[in-house]
Amino acid sequence: MKPARFDYERPRDLGAALELLAGENVTAKVLAGGQSLGPLLNLRLVQPDLVIDITAIPEMIRVEQGVDHLVLGACITHADIEDGRVPDVTNGAMRDVAAGIAYRAVRNRGTIGGSLTSADPSADWVSALAALGAEVVLRGPGGTRTLAIDDYIIGALETSLATGELLEAVRIPRLSKTARWAYVKKCRKTGEFAHAIGAILVDRDRNLCRAVIGATESRPIVISDARELFGGADAKEFDGRMADRILLDAGMTDPLDRQIHVVTLRRAAAQALQ
Amino acid sequence: MADQGIGARLTRKEDDRLMRGRGQYVGDIRLAGMQDVAFLRSPIAHGRIRSIAVPPQFKDAVFTAADLKGVKPIRAVSSLPGFKASDQPVLATNKVRHVGELVAMCVAPTRAEAEDIAASITLDMEELPAVHDMLAARSPDSPLVHEHWGDNVFLETFANVDIAKAFDAPIKATRELRTSRQAMSPMEGRAVVAAWDSRLEQLTVYTAAQMPHINRNGLSECLSLDQAAVRVISPDVGGGFGYKGILLPEEICLSWLTIQRGHPVRWIEDRREHLTASANCREHHYVITAYADRDGRLRGIDCEAHVDSGSYSSYPFSACLEAAQVVSILPGPYDFEAYRCRTWAVATNKCPILPYRGVARTGVCFAIETVLDAIAREVGMEPYEVRLKNLVRPEQMPFDNITKKHFDSGDYPEALRRAIAAFDLPVIRERQQRGEPDGRLIGVGLAIYCEQGSHGTAVYAGWGVPMIPGHEQATARMTPDGGLELRVGVHSHGQSLETTLAQVAHEILGVEVARIRVVLGDTALTPYSTGTWGSRCAVMAGGAVASACREIAERAKLIGAKLLQADAASVSFRDGSVVSASGDVGIADIARTWYLRPQDLPGDVNRGGLEATVGYKPPVDSGTFSYAAHATLVAVDPEIGDVEILDYVIVEDGGKLINPMVVDGQIYGGYAQGIGTALYEEMPFDSAGQPLASTFADYLLPGPTEVPAPRLDHMEVLAPYTEFGQKGIGEGGAIAPPAAITNAVNDALKYLGAELLISPITPGRVLEAIAAAKSKQAERAGVAA
Repeated sequence: MKPARFDYERPRDLGAALELLAGENVTAKVLAGGQSLGPLLNLRLVQPDLVIDITAIPEMIRVEQGVDHLVLGACITHADIEDGRVPDVTNGAMRDVAAGIAYRAVRNRGTIGGSLTSADPSADWVSALAALGAEVVLRGPGGTRTLAIDDYIIGALETSLATGELLEAVRIPRLSKTARWAYVKKCRKTGEFAHAIGAILVDRDRNLCRAVIGATESRPIVISDARELFGGADAKEFDGRMADRILLDAGMTDPLDRQIHVVTLRRAAAQALQ
Repeated sequence: MADQGIGARLTRKEDDRLMRGRGQYVGDIRLAGMQDVAFLRSPIAHGRIRSIAVPPQFKDAVFTAADLKGVKPIRAVSSLPGFKASDQPVLATNKVRHVGELVAMCVAPTRAEAEDIAASITLDMEELPAVHDMLAARSPDSPLVHEHWGDNVFLETFANVDIAKAFDAPIKATRELRTSRQAMSPMEGRAVVAAWDSRLEQLTVYTAAQMPHINRNGLSECLSLDQAAVRVISPDVGGGFGYKGILLPEEICLSWLTIQRGHPVRWIEDRREHLTASANCREHHYVITAYADRDGRLRGIDCEAHVDSGSYSSYPFSACLEAAQVVSILPGPYDFEAYRCRTWAVATNKCPILPYRGVARTGVCFAIETVLDAIAREVGMEPYEVRLKNLVRPEQMPFDNITKKHFDSGDYPEALRRAIAAFDLPVIRERQQRGEPDGRLIGVGLAIYCEQGSHGTAVYAGWGVPMIPGHEQATARMTPDGGLELRVGVHSHGQSLETTLAQVAHEILGVEVARIRVVLGDTALTPYSTGTWGSRCAVMAGGAVASACREIAERAKLIGAKLLQADAASVSFRDGSVVSASGDVGIADIARTWYLRPQDLPGDVNRGGLEATVGYKPPVDSGTFSYAAHATLVAVDPEIGDVEILDYVIVEDGGKLINPMVVDGQIYGGYAQGIGTALYEEMPFDSAGQPLASTFADYLLPGPTEVPAPRLDHMEVLAPYTEFGQKGIGEGGAIAPPAAITNAVNDALKYLGAELLISPITPGRVLEAIAAAKSKQAERAGVAA
């Protein structure tokens, strides 16, 4: 379980990183925290010629707080968020999610951008940031573009990152003070990848009611207007049948699998609406 | 000075080193010129090797079976009638029989480079149909793991004691049960460094091993080397659990290689190798019927059991290790009159079955305790009441049970009563009726077992396996400065022997524990021993150390009497001193005089000196029977299938506890592993025999948050045949949790009519059982309508 031979570069600026990434006849892998890439290298499931470590690039570790959003560089670690070393615009929601990711050793090194780009359907940020309505800032040779998380994650382990492009930062919108949030995941043990995730954001001031069902076989299911799940604007009754139908429509055929996802979302809803 | 002898709660001597990260494991060893080995392993479960093509530039770095001329295969035979032997080639010859079987050895300056070489080899194989399920392997049209056998059965065993007497019992409960294949997963995997010393003409093998002398036997046999030319050193070992009580083909390969090449070589098992290629234990299948009267009195047990033994018979415990034991230990701590049991040790295309803490007992306890709960539900009694009706009673002790096991001592009903008394059962029953506010279902479950440990010559001679324990030996030697060195052939990898054996010696010689050094894990420094296995060290090594120290006390008396100018017959040894009517002399002074001031001793002093190796065996060596009752309260979430352990109580009897803290630690560790068996650990396979969990992301082990602190209670009914009344308890913690937790889950689910009959109890299995119960009820309702 030792990786095949590869070259390693740790560029100091974004331009150099993009240049390395554009190198011809070289398969490159980007290393942000290495918590997914490390095992893949060790198991020789990926055998790149070049590993580009992006953690020394200032843009990648930047933190910018705007009036209505927060920008976190891709290499901000889960522990940075958990420990409050970066500002929070989510009333503590992101700190709670970060604190529940894997184990502390993983959180010390694992990064928000790396986790999104690995796009494991069971990973926390994939679902949580979709529910929070976050966006990713992508940088390529042609400049930058911004995508909603649910447009970025397009399938299991699949993103819309183009060849030569890097995830540079994540933009998280500021929640209203009165926003209600719940994030529930079902794991068999602490630190394990989730088997079901339910996330709910109800932000009446911003006229938002969003639900996410995560840890499916593919990208998270984002229900942008989740009011119908609760029987209309102000009702608090969770409609499990509707959630079940949504999962069935999304291709989840196993009824027990649907059951745990529906229950997980229902429990998140109960927390958010209590 | 606080008491340091038997029964003292001393902190461990070894912890200063181990807790500071200063332990020395095989992986820490650096020898000049050492190179790393990686193995090319079989990618398929069953196949014939057509060719192994090595790129020309690596010709000198790759070795296959064709190169290992004269190296003998590993052969672990049992003399039990009908046993079919297997030859396990150290590198595959012609055929491979499991995924991960060693095919070629690659050597390079680093492991990564050795893996590069392994990846460059082209292995051409003809894939054969594989069988990875033990029941399928019994069917007549199954592929054969060893063609010349004609079937896939290593060994069939059978016992029948008046089973027909039970057939008219009014109550009968039959259950089909399964336990999944597990991997033992010690923190440190296997690890080997082999080095040839041309001056000594000796092979030194550093290996993470529980039984260094047995490894030496096996190495010498397979490599045709004199035993004197082989030294096995097992430094600090990061957990054994049975997994390291085995002769490894890797050890033989590396030994051969260092002899060929002259430089040291190393192989460190990685976790993927551990999970997919090497570790295999616990997989049983039972069809068990209990017969009872309406008052819960057990009339008989009838059982057919299969044990998946994998592809080869491992050295030294053999492939019948578990299956043969099932017959004799299935009756558990119960007294009943009719018994029949048939077992099969089945060969499959999986890596060989190896011992794991609790060997066979964990599965057996799961089988009988589950079916006893089924009886309790049938007769409408509390499970503990049914057990109290059937447990061997203290006044029957010592008791020869239905399979002629000699239960040495104990009060089984008392252990059970204490475990149940730790819960408020009426309140729990009321809560169950009321239902929990969060919608979960709670249930209480219990399990009781007795564990034969430290079993000796007669038991193993009966099995006729390559390793039969005789007199356990220990060397005690006073040093010139009044310290004491103890040399034992057992090893310590979590057992705390550096502390507890020192306590035993202190009890007899009075030397301070801080001045006692325990030397283990080196065949050149320690007397021969079968090593550490079978919950035997406290009894056997403890007894041996006590015997050797008594001999030292006798010798000290002879020298001390001279110094006191007293008649040897008139002196006694007390509290570390030789005492006469007129004075006393301490053992440190006696040692100093013997070694450093011999001129102070008369010429006719006894010449035996202050170093003695003595063998020990209890007068009755059929084993100690420690026992424990486990009881637990769990909550089952019927919507998502999660099981939470709310409370867990263990009442155990280890006889005299040499160090109660160490015993607690052993129980905690075993209990954690038992929770793994009950709720998490499972190696799944696909239809081609491919193991599907190759990392800990897929093979789940319980972590700290999954192992709630149990409440422990000790009984100390002294063992009648051992040195201080101690009993072997090392494995016990791992035996009962699957049974107790399963019974608790089934107690919780009884209102839904659902029952779990397989370990581990996963959320998916809980939901499936509930769904199956619902559809059955719906079906019944349909029929009724």
